[in-house]
Amino acid sequence: MTSTQRLDTTFGALADPTRRAILSRLTSGEASVMELSRRFAISQPAISKHLRVLERAGLVSRRRAAQRRLCRLEPRPLAEADRWLETYRAFWEARFRKLDTLLDELTAQERARRRPRRAGGGHR
Amino acid sequence: MKQLKGLALAARGELEIVMTREFAAPRRTVFRALTTPELVKRWLYGPDPWMLAVCEIDLRVGGRYRYVWKNRTDGSEMGAGGVFREIAAPERLVQTERFDDAWYPGESLITTVLTEHAGTTTFTATLRYESRQARDTVLKSPMEEGAGQSYERLAQLVTSLEA
Repeated sequence: MTSTQRLDTTFGALADPTRRAILSRLTSGEASVMELSRRFAISQPAISKHLRVLERAGLVSRRRAAQRRLCRLEPRPLAEADRWLETYRAFWEARFRKLDTLLDELTAQERARRRPRRAGGGHR
Repeated sequence: MKQLKGLALAARGELEIVMTREFAAPRRTVFRALTTPELVKRWLYGPDPWMLAVCEIDLRVGGRYRYVWKNRTDGSEMGAGGVFREIAAPERLVQTERFDDAWYPGESLITTVLTEHAGTTTFTATLRYESRQARDTVLKSPMEEGAGQSYERLAQLVTSLEA
């Protein structure tokens, strides 16, 4: 997969609120399908389906421990998706900093305009 | 002076990008800076060497706006524009956006909301795209060739902002 395809898969996996909730749960440690199913009140097959999408996106891995199959969070693709947002954010932040400067100037002008003339200049 | 919140950016659902930022000015001033051509020209550009060469805004419901950015080094241009759908100065603005070179498919709908508290304005822009593919293309744009800026330039920008 190219990096673009990988990111598409990551964002596709993240688009679903249940999958985001599963990931959020896994940030505090491994969990089995049964635990996830109980926690989100969703059938085990439905949880497994979500987990397969997350697994394909590399966001989750599974291992066997005794009788249980445990799912764990794989943070790397998330970090990559985050970097993406960060780059886009930096692009806009640079523009908004120019807007900050402009707004300071406009606010100062408005304040000066509103300030009443000094005593003595106020005939009329 | 109060520390303002920097730009927060999030992908929401499949179709949207939400941008939030605070500005140290009343919202009528912010609204003016967002909708007055001479003022928009002073901030809606960059990184170097891109400048906003054309900025036309017909601020009426159904009125059009048009921006053309020009690269001062190689003379290349990038144009975009759209139509205003809702105008409620100084708190709300809804407009469409479409680029001349359709680098993302279709059109987007931009809803800008300004709220003011104790002289600080919170700016929230929701950018809604026609498809997830379009939304993701926009998010990735700074990293891909042909969509404006090179990744290296942005990497430098990121570094300089962090410095």
